[in-house]
Amino acid sequence: MSARALKADTETPVEFYLREEHDHPEGSSTMLGFWIYLMSDCLIFAILFACYAVLGGNYAAGPAPRDLFDLPLVALNTAMLLFSSITYGFAMLAMEEKKAGQTQAWLAVTGLFGLAFLGIELYEFSHLIHEGATPQRSAFLSAFFTLVGTHGLHVTFGLLWLVVLMVQVARKGLIAANRRRLMCLSLFWHFLDVIWIGVFTFVYLMGMLR
Amino acid sequence: MLMPCSHLRPRPGALRSLVALPVLMLLGACNAVVLDPAGDVAAQQRDLVLISTGLMLLIIVPVMALTVLFAWRYRAANKAARYEPDWDHSTQLELIIWAAPLLIIICLGALTWVSTHLLDPYRPLGRVSAGQALSKQAQAQPLEVQVVALDWKWLFFYPEYGIATVNELAAPVDRPIRFRITSSSVMNSFYIPALAGQIYAMPGMETKLHAVINKPGNYVGFSANYSGAGFSGMRFRFHGLSDADFGAWVQNARTKGGALDRAAYLKLERPSENVPVQRFARVEPGLYDAALNMCVEPGKMCMHDMMQIDAKGGLGMAAVHNVRALSYDKYARRGSSGAAVLGSNAAYVGALCSPGDAKAMLALRHDRPVPLPDPGGLIGAGLPQPGRTPSIASLDAPAIL
Amino acid sequence: MDTPNAADFVPVSPIFGRFTLESLPLHEPIVVATFAVVALGGAALVGALTYYRVWGYLWKEWFTSVDHKKIGIMYMILGIIMLLRGFADAIMMRLQQAIAFNGSEGYLNAHHYDQVFTAHGVIMIFFVAMPLVTGLMNYVVPLQIGARDVSFPFLNNFSFWMTTAGAVIIMMSLFVGEFATTGWLAYPPLSGIGYSPGVGVDYYIWGLQVAGVGTTLSGINLIATIVKMRAPGMGMMKMPVFTWTSLCTNILIVASFPVLTAVLALLTLDRYVGTNFFTNDFGGNPMMYVNLIWIWGHPEVYILILPLFGVFSEVTSTFSGKRLFGYTSMVYATVVITILAYVVWLHHFFTMGSGASVNSFFGITTMVISIPTGAKIFNWLFTMYRGRIRFELPMMWTVAFMLTFVVGGMTGVLLAVPPADFVLHNSLFLVAHFHNVIIGGVLFGLFAGINYWAPKAIGFRLDPVWGKRSFWLWVVGFWVAFMPLYVLGLMGVTRRMRVFDDPSYQIWFQVAALGAFMIAGGIACMLIQFYVSFRNRHALRDGSGDPWEGRTLEWSTSSPPPDYNFAFTPVVHDNDAWSDMKARGYDRPLDGYRPIHMPSNTGTGVILSGLSIVFGAAMVWYVWWLAGLSFAGILLVAIGHTFNYKRDFHIPAKTVADTEAARTRLLMAEAR
Repeated sequence: MSARALKADTETPVEFYLREEHDHPEGSSTMLGFWIYLMSDCLIFAILFACYAVLGGNYAAGPAPRDLFDLPLVALNTAMLLFSSITYGFAMLAMEEKKAGQTQAWLAVTGLFGLAFLGIELYEFSHLIHEGATPQRSAFLSAFFTLVGTHGLHVTFGLLWLVVLMVQVARKGLIAANRRRLMCLSLFWHFLDVIWIGVFTFVYLMGMLR
Repeated sequence: MLMPCSHLRPRPGALRSLVALPVLMLLGACNAVVLDPAGDVAAQQRDLVLISTGLMLLIIVPVMALTVLFAWRYRAANKAARYEPDWDHSTQLELIIWAAPLLIIICLGALTWVSTHLLDPYRPLGRVSAGQALSKQAQAQPLEVQVVALDWKWLFFYPEYGIATVNELAAPVDRPIRFRITSSSVMNSFYIPALAGQIYAMPGMETKLHAVINKPGNYVGFSANYSGAGFSGMRFRFHGLSDADFGAWVQNARTKGGALDRAAYLKLERPSENVPVQRFARVEPGLYDAALNMCVEPGKMCMHDMMQIDAKGGLGMAAVHNVRALSYDKYARRGSSGAAVLGSNAAYVGALCSPGDAKAMLALRHDRPVPLPDPGGLIGAGLPQPGRTPSIASLDAPAIL
Repeated sequence: MDTPNAADFVPVSPIFGRFTLESLPLHEPIVVATFAVVALGGAALVGALTYYRVWGYLWKEWFTSVDHKKIGIMYMILGIIMLLRGFADAIMMRLQQAIAFNGSEGYLNAHHYDQVFTAHGVIMIFFVAMPLVTGLMNYVVPLQIGARDVSFPFLNNFSFWMTTAGAVIIMMSLFVGEFATTGWLAYPPLSGIGYSPGVGVDYYIWGLQVAGVGTTLSGINLIATIVKMRAPGMGMMKMPVFTWTSLCTNILIVASFPVLTAVLALLTLDRYVGTNFFTNDFGGNPMMYVNLIWIWGHPEVYILILPLFGVFSEVTSTFSGKRLFGYTSMVYATVVITILAYVVWLHHFFTMGSGASVNSFFGITTMVISIPTGAKIFNWLFTMYRGRIRFELPMMWTVAFMLTFVVGGMTGVLLAVPPADFVLHNSLFLVAHFHNVIIGGVLFGLFAGINYWAPKAIGFRLDPVWGKRSFWLWVVGFWVAFMPLYVLGLMGVTRRMRVFDDPSYQIWFQVAALGAFMIAGGIACMLIQFYVSFRNRHALRDGSGDPWEGRTLEWSTSSPPPDYNFAFTPVVHDNDAWSDMKARGYDRPLDGYRPIHMPSNTGTGVILSGLSIVFGAAMVWYVWWLAGLSFAGILLVAIGHTFNYKRDFHIPAKTVADTEAARTRLLMAEAR
């Protein structure tokens, strides 16, 4: 029994070409593509988390998390990033209402929160290194600095991207292309937020319990 | 591997010899040691190779035959053959083509599960050879050989006899051997094809291999995992000897060999290629454990101590600077300082000189002063407990084994 | 204890990093001769291109092109050029192993030989197999799904140039400095800074990282293309099998290459910053590297083979003149393989000493993969059954594949039995096995694909006479070259050996070397085939666009297809859409053309790729200021690119009408 035989009675004229065609709207696959990219980025973090899980207990007879981490400071840092996510959300709401100025303002607030986050993280790192807890001191510290540092690097690029987008919105307004880009950065920014919640729980909170 | 061809005797077993025959005929002119080993473990592994191949040929041969048949029969020039351009589905056929490989894999999977457990290199042997069980006593007392892969030669310790050899290994026929294997620098793989399958030798870690040699002879062993420039010459002879010959071999090492202490080991550890056989009559006790734990160098903390300390939560900020720059030639032997360009100099974690030091260091932890447990009982987490483990305090103390 | 010898360490100069004139291998005659040949050839090529004034054409029509067809062809050219380099390494190894007996050291010292086998592996996998497979997918997939381009045309161009940049960085190591001497996966601690202090491993790292960016982005691109841009009517279960396998492959790429990126980044940190991920001291764990790299490495195997399974499906069905047998089970088999590819990685190191239960688990999962693979083989077999098989070159390669690949599959399942692996691991038996599947599967498949789609891509068929010569030399050469390696493996010979002390091995190595020379003949015949085909292009011209009685949409358009692929987007009603159209009498529309919206070309990809090469080389040689500058350059160019909002244009309806009218005339001429 073949598929062809089944069709034998439907030999009515069939349309084989789209005569009335409309252009694919530009960027129709962008959100999907960006989402797939985020998943691949997520995998990089998954590897770094896995490394931390394997190496996180290898202190090389040196300091352990509870000797190093300053939870109140990290909590403050977490708050900065969470606030920045909320303000990004406001920026997106303003964008939906086509209010370019308001969007810009919220983006700027987001950027400031992001900067604060980075500043606190850099302070934490420099403090640790100053005390001698360098990435070279033990496999645990290597994994810690790499995981947290990679997240910080992502935030840095996110900030750079944010600045570029603000310039572009200022020049072109909230045109479709810019709105799409803002959507992508929004995904990216919230993604970093989610990763940070993982870092905060897995590295800092559980590290203090260990 | 220079074995005479007379060793090529197909053993009984219908399927096995059926498969083995053409293979052996093909290899008639050579010495396929994997198919004709001299140790029981390798022989069982060989059997497994042949049985699995036979099982798979049950499906491979028909597939190849059908490919040729269909290709010939349905060639375009043959207009007599049936042509059904729209035939693209048959439930029965689909069932068969999924079920046939499935059945074979079920058989092979069962075989794999059983044989993998049976031939696990960590598992002590249950028999000497097919049909010859192992006495309880022999099971309890295998010949222990401690193997260290160096750049680029093999060092063998015989703790039972207090001797050590380089690039020469010997064992009495039919006595089970228990190898404990590690490496000093990079990964290698310890492999004597005539004796048993290989297992990796890795720095700071220990693998084990149980095996037995059934026929006297002179076999080849080597590293089966590329380890750098001198890899090709990283070969040794393995002698299967009668009890008397083995006794003579040990005696020879005892009378003719020199001494192997930490200093001599560190010298031996330096890279060298195509190293001739060396024998050592006296071995500093605990040297293998120190090599395994990468603390032959004086003042370096042993891996198992470090792991033990880590398991208890590390030594806190007080120990953060307990890192000493390498003052000896650990990496320069491969032409480097061992230092990353943007990092600090090559370094190691310093050993704690006395239990008191450790206690003081722990007491310094600002948040959580913990009393140090009795250091005498420290064993490496994840490492098997050796007979007696050196305490963190007794690194340089003699007489451990 | 000795103190480190100060003379061993080259100080890092602030201007030149660790580069000195000593870094140029002027003392190695083989390298100097190779360099002379490459330099002369390169100069001749550049001279010829300048003389015939084609630089402008190349730049405008090819280098900056965002057309998936041109990018696909450029990928293929990259793969074939790199094949020559990778194969030169292979021949050198075979020669060395054939003569290094009875006290002879051969003609390669350890430093050189170790680079050769490392480079061979790296180049063949990353810069031959990957570009060829990606090129094929890039070219064919959009045509098969009735699309006008991929989802992200600029990204496609960028991906290609990043892959090329990786290849350039690897090739640079031949003439400036050295390549890694670690084996193609660079296991630490051997690849750590302590045991491999030179630039070799750094070339390896940066070459792969740069190329990896391209591969990952191209994977994302093709997934989005297949998911979003299929012609109306083409449901998932109506996609051609090649498109299906491409989809699965790209999912594998996106879900495995980040692992490679991450693990190489960690190795980079160990080497540059002195972290302790994979070191022996300070709690590092080299076994983790081995696990992670194989979590990428095993899916990579399926990334290479799956698209070729698709090629074999298309070819078998086309040349048997029959619908593919068991389309549904073929699709499910592909999906099952995709998933299982992630749970077998440990079979690459059973000998590391994991427990028996872990080893058996991974052994059995590996065997389970052979079930869908076996089903696929049967599906091709029953596609041939009651067919009318035309033995054109693609079909010949397919039959050769079926007869060769099953042997490789069998030895693979054998190696999946852990105790059997203990005696065969790292032996030449293993080497024979993976060449058996990679040559017998991937390369044969690529050759089938190249011969099959060449008329579509270049407008004329490839010369069958030289093609057959190449075929026989390749197939026979393969068997002659690799069967001795199986035997040697059973004789207990391990791989990566440079010299041997047992004279009984020598004859087998000599036979293997003979096989390698036959393969060299096969490659030569293939190059001649390309040349002869080009010379006879008028006689071999494919005017119909459908030279093989094809079944899928790519054959419905002209050969080579116009820039816009399809004047009107096809509507799909059946699996074999083009067969269906032919069977039911489609009408090719001759009027009513509309302007077609297309992406514009851009040079950004080339510029970013060039900057990446500079960045990679600067990192390799510790030239920090240059690394910083080039990285800033990459950022600036990338940001600058986003300020260009005008990235598309319309092909006027008049142009479309003219192009299609020309095709109509061609078709009428063919019909006459």
